[in-house]
Amino acid sequence: MDLKRLQRQAENEWWITPHGKMRVPAIIFASEALMRDMDDKVYEQVTNVATLPGIVKASYAMPDAHWGYGFPIGGVAAFDPDKGGVISAGGVGFDISCGVRTLLTGLTLEELEPVKARLAEALFRKIPAGVGSTGELSLNQQEMEAMLLGGARWAVQRGYGTKADLDRTEEAGCIAGAEPDQVSDRAKKRQHEEMGTLGSGNHYLEVQHVAKICDAAIATAFGVSQGDIVLSIHCGSRGLGHQIGTEFLSRMAATAAQSGIDLPDRELACAPIHSPVGQAYIGAMRAAINCALANRQIITHLVRQAFSEVFPRAELPLLYDVSHNTCKTEDHIVDDKTMRLFVHRKGATRAFGPGHPTLPASLGGVGQPVLIGGTMGTASYILSGTRQGMDLAFGSACHGAGRSMSRHQALRQWRGKDVIEKLAYRGVIIRSRSMRGVAEEAPGAYKDVTEVVEAADRAGLARSVARLEPVICVKG
Amino acid sequence: MKEAYWEHRPHGADIGVCGMGRSKAEAFEQAALALTAIVTDPDSVADKKVIAVSCDAPDDELLLVEWLNALIYEMATRRMLFARFEVQIDDHKLAGKAWGEAIDFDRHELAVEAKGATCTDLKVTREKSGLWRAQCVVDV
Repeated sequence: MDLKRLQRQAENEWWITPHGKMRVPAIIFASEALMRDMDDKVYEQVTNVATLPGIVKASYAMPDAHWGYGFPIGGVAAFDPDKGGVISAGGVGFDISCGVRTLLTGLTLEELEPVKARLAEALFRKIPAGVGSTGELSLNQQEMEAMLLGGARWAVQRGYGTKADLDRTEEAGCIAGAEPDQVSDRAKKRQHEEMGTLGSGNHYLEVQHVAKICDAAIATAFGVSQGDIVLSIHCGSRGLGHQIGTEFLSRMAATAAQSGIDLPDRELACAPIHSPVGQAYIGAMRAAINCALANRQIITHLVRQAFSEVFPRAELPLLYDVSHNTCKTEDHIVDDKTMRLFVHRKGATRAFGPGHPTLPASLGGVGQPVLIGGTMGTASYILSGTRQGMDLAFGSACHGAGRSMSRHQALRQWRGKDVIEKLAYRGVIIRSRSMRGVAEEAPGAYKDVTEVVEAADRAGLARSVARLEPVICVKG
Repeated sequence: MKEAYWEHRPHGADIGVCGMGRSKAEAFEQAALALTAIVTDPDSVADKKVIAVSCDAPDDELLLVEWLNALIYEMATRRMLFARFEVQIDDHKLAGKAWGEAIDFDRHELAVEAKGATCTDLKVTREKSGLWRAQCVVDV
């Protein structure tokens, strides 16, 4: 990106002054090195988002931002419904409520090492992953509606997990206001055999060891120590979310002009929050959020079953579950006034600071866990939300490493078998049905996640707590 | 005029599909082959079963998105892969056929599933060479 077009307001904060149809500034949080490598499309997209009606304060991009659909991936924007604010299907993304949850295991790397091949096999066998995989659970119409209304709470009621899991899930495992009637029959059909499946692409299930503690006090509050084994799951709302995204993107593209919205890019398709299309999408999107929460909850149950085959006495309490493709209704203080806003986070994680009323008391007053997925060969991170971050970008942080290379390029550069052998030499077991999928997801195809996390930390968006390194990775 | 073909276009996170054809309909058929190639090698898919797909849209570009999304839906719900396509377009209404077979985990090397076709890098145009181009980015 050409940095001459931006003003550097702080070491990791770059502003685009309003020009043309921009209603507010655009702000990118990143180091100079990340900015230089960032796609010019991010500049274009974060600027376009700033033109949308009802946007509040600024259009933001996180340090891992890259070219998305209308919104940049890594984009955050809040809208005031009473000032013509909009909701955008592209601003949420196709994989609605895609996110990460991390489970503690109470085990150490030393205890895992002798049996890790067995555990890898058990996890690979138990959790359906990859293109065309199906779950054991197929829902009839009544149960589908109950799942879309109840989310992870529904899953726990059906025996998939514990009530303690809900305490450690955003929205306590169930977002209010879901409207299953706004979810098309096609979306429900697409989900029919996909409950409890991981999906493919960058989705994964990873057993990780805590390689470094960056903030001892917060790590203690999270129950994380150096050398511990944890397990992270990255997936979303599967076919149901994809179909809702697809259908509403078309509907919003067709109706935006009628609503008087001048779209700089068709992919920015959106609808006023106070409009029939906007309200229909909000109801359907919330149902998809519940679907994602239920899906990750079912996978959690399967993970616990797989673990019990190798470690019969292991308990796997949930550290936290975060979603990074959402639009949520939240209260934020703007110009000393509390405003109820619709906050889009597309490839961005909520990162509420210490004491936020929605956080569970069991976190002991620290900021919410922010779970950052890396690659199967590098690292992932646990961060914690900050008070400063609440003012910087509505309590938001980055979500992952972000690709530095297209899948096409990655395929030309690596073979799946070689990637697996190289990682095995370093002690990382990869299990996947797809060698081509492994090549496309090669660690070298991603940006340096550490640089992204350091930029988020230095910008004040979230505080680094622990670095996690992979031991076993089941790739979708 | 050159023969019809398909290709993938680079995109940071996802994959661009592009179909080139001697007619708009043929470009749509080739774009569908590029869609299959995201998931697996189209040459590994047998044309054992045919399904019918129809869709419409306000313009040619949105019609391409609708066509690819209709195929993604059929792939997901039937657990099928498609190897051959036939498209007829009349006034932004598309009637298509797709030949393929059920996923066979032993025979098909599966890479990644397609979530949805997007309006990004979306173009349906006639090139100077006379060939039609039908392209967009598919979220995976």
